[in-house]
Amino acid sequence: MSTARYEYLLRFGDNALILSQRLGEWCGKGPALEEDMALTNVALDLLGQARLLLSLAAEAAGNGADEDSLAYHRDDRAFRNVLLVEQPNGNYADTLARQFLFDAWSSLALRRLLSSSDAAIAAIAEKAVKEVSYHLRRSSDLMVRLGDGTERSRAMLQTAIDKVWPYSHELFIGDAVDAEMTAAGIGFDPASVHDEWLAYVREVFAEATLKLPAAGGWMPKGGKQGLHSEHLSKLLAEMQVLQRSHPGASW
Amino acid sequence: MYAQMVDTGSPSATSLDEREARFQSRIDDGIRVEPQDWMPDRYRKTLIRQISQHAHSEIVGQLPEGNWITRAPSLKRKAILLAKVQDEAGHGLYLYSAAETLGITRDQMVDDLHTGKAKYSSIFNYPTLTWADVGAIGWLVDGSAIMNQIPLCRCSYGPYARAMIRVCKEEAFHMRQGYDIMLALCAGTPEQKAMAQDALNRWWWPSLMMFGPPDGDSVHSAQSQAWKIKLFTNDELRQKMVDQTVPQAEHLGLVVPDPAVKWNAERGHYDYGDIDWEEFYNVVKGNGPCNRERLEVRNKAWTDGEWFRDALVAHADKQAQRLTAQAA
Amino acid sequence: MKNQWPLWEVFIRSQHGLAHRHVGSLHAPDATMALNNARDVYTRRNEGVSIWVVKSTDITASHPDDKAELFDPANSKVYRHPTFFPMPEEVKGL
Repeated sequence: MSTARYEYLLRFGDNALILSQRLGEWCGKGPALEEDMALTNVALDLLGQARLLLSLAAEAAGNGADEDSLAYHRDDRAFRNVLLVEQPNGNYADTLARQFLFDAWSSLALRRLLSSSDAAIAAIAEKAVKEVSYHLRRSSDLMVRLGDGTERSRAMLQTAIDKVWPYSHELFIGDAVDAEMTAAGIGFDPASVHDEWLAYVREVFAEATLKLPAAGGWMPKGGKQGLHSEHLSKLLAEMQVLQRSHPGASW
Repeated sequence: MYAQMVDTGSPSATSLDEREARFQSRIDDGIRVEPQDWMPDRYRKTLIRQISQHAHSEIVGQLPEGNWITRAPSLKRKAILLAKVQDEAGHGLYLYSAAETLGITRDQMVDDLHTGKAKYSSIFNYPTLTWADVGAIGWLVDGSAIMNQIPLCRCSYGPYARAMIRVCKEEAFHMRQGYDIMLALCAGTPEQKAMAQDALNRWWWPSLMMFGPPDGDSVHSAQSQAWKIKLFTNDELRQKMVDQTVPQAEHLGLVVPDPAVKWNAERGHYDYGDIDWEEFYNVVKGNGPCNRERLEVRNKAWTDGEWFRDALVAHADKQAQRLTAQAA
Repeated sequence: MKNQWPLWEVFIRSQHGLAHRHVGSLHAPDATMALNNARDVYTRRNEGVSIWVVKSTDITASHPDDKAELFDPANSKVYRHPTFFPMPEEVKGL
């Protein structure tokens, strides 16, 4: 068993899981019925991806783990998602800004994984890339609409983007796990998708009359290695409560 | 086959009574009423009230179960619950659309809900305290709802009947997922089983109240039945619910919290005890455990979302203007 | 309340190659979003492979009072139906 492959799967699986957990918080409280349903579809897609990836990770761990033991019985230091996805929902503009930056990255990342030498990973990517393409179309479209909409919507969205922007850097920072996976032909170098990502984001922001935040400055990172923001352990406390308070029970 | 054209005279010449009589006889013949057809004003108003209440119930009904989405105990349960709560938004949407064909806007209906003018099913004013409540809601509340909804697929108003067909088709899994949660809990640890019993204890009576006041006290019943927008009486449906649910509870090894529940061979039905109608009316009046909270959440979602809805309209308007300018 | 999204009628063609069928309506600020919303509202169970949306106010409908003169005359054109023509049973391919 390759530890790096296990770690690698957790990173993608945890990203999808934690983001879908955040989106699930909106269910029933969205700004319009139609929008609520659309966002829940995104949450469901991500949850589906998380289940596939975590099941594969559990298989790689080979110690009797399954998707639920990984989701519910790891502490925050064992989670491998990027800091971006664990950030609280904030207002709806915050949620959409976070989603757009993630979708734009995820769609590129999954495209790279399509040619993974690991057939199981490539198969998951093939299913997920269709879903994420739609998510990206939707979130890009909303950037343009809300950027163009009213003074207020543009201001809210710009504030949201400025706030969440620093968390996007982590997506492009590689480490030893990335290097090993890239060398094995299973994964890709995170830095290699940065330019394409930025070009796309720039294009959408231009159409949306939104300002691209300045380069440099504060660039928090560490999620991929298990060093998270304070938000994650609270999110997990809520998500894991039943499994933790009823050890060994099945549901 | 070779019917002749019969001149029925101009519509304006017919009196209101004649129109009503003709309307009623079409309903008696099982002909569906469609949006553009003439209909008595009271029929329209009653339907708007009934359909919008139904829609509001779906929307507010998202909240008690939504309360457990973030805490669902397995990823599979989480996915099922997300899909289910999302379905409820969809059902609210189908029903609002059906009501809109009667000449009221969705915004008006939403406003009526938020200001407390419109009602919704009283059951959603009870809290979901444990995971078992999610099971109990699916099993009992969706069970009751579907009993009420299946006959409505044949109701006299076309758009309502068609919305109900879609709702019933989609809801088929809702009750089952609830019972499936209860099955797992009842086969689980003693704590889980106790959780299931506690949920049944708390949801049993409110589920029976869901069908509305006893037939003797039901104000609109007779007229609504004549119009075929209500096909069974409250008590008929309630009895059906009890008959269906008691054996299901037995299968789970749970006890229905009513000592009076007993099979009555003579009637061919289960007898059951008296319902505390005072509690029911109290909850309907706004004094249930969660009335305020539920409306607060809905109001907040609506108010917080206003900038979003307005911005999208503003963008659409600007786009349309740009297109016109381009064409000119 | 002035800013309510307009109402759209949604038509979906199922997998089986039948014509688009009216499935319901929804609100959306414009046609593109109406299409997106229709996808999220009306195809959650794999119901379709093609969606049409039409602004409700753009639909012109026949008036119910005209029903008799519009539709009853077709009742007398029985010769438009194949069953109108008795055919010898022993002849095949008709």
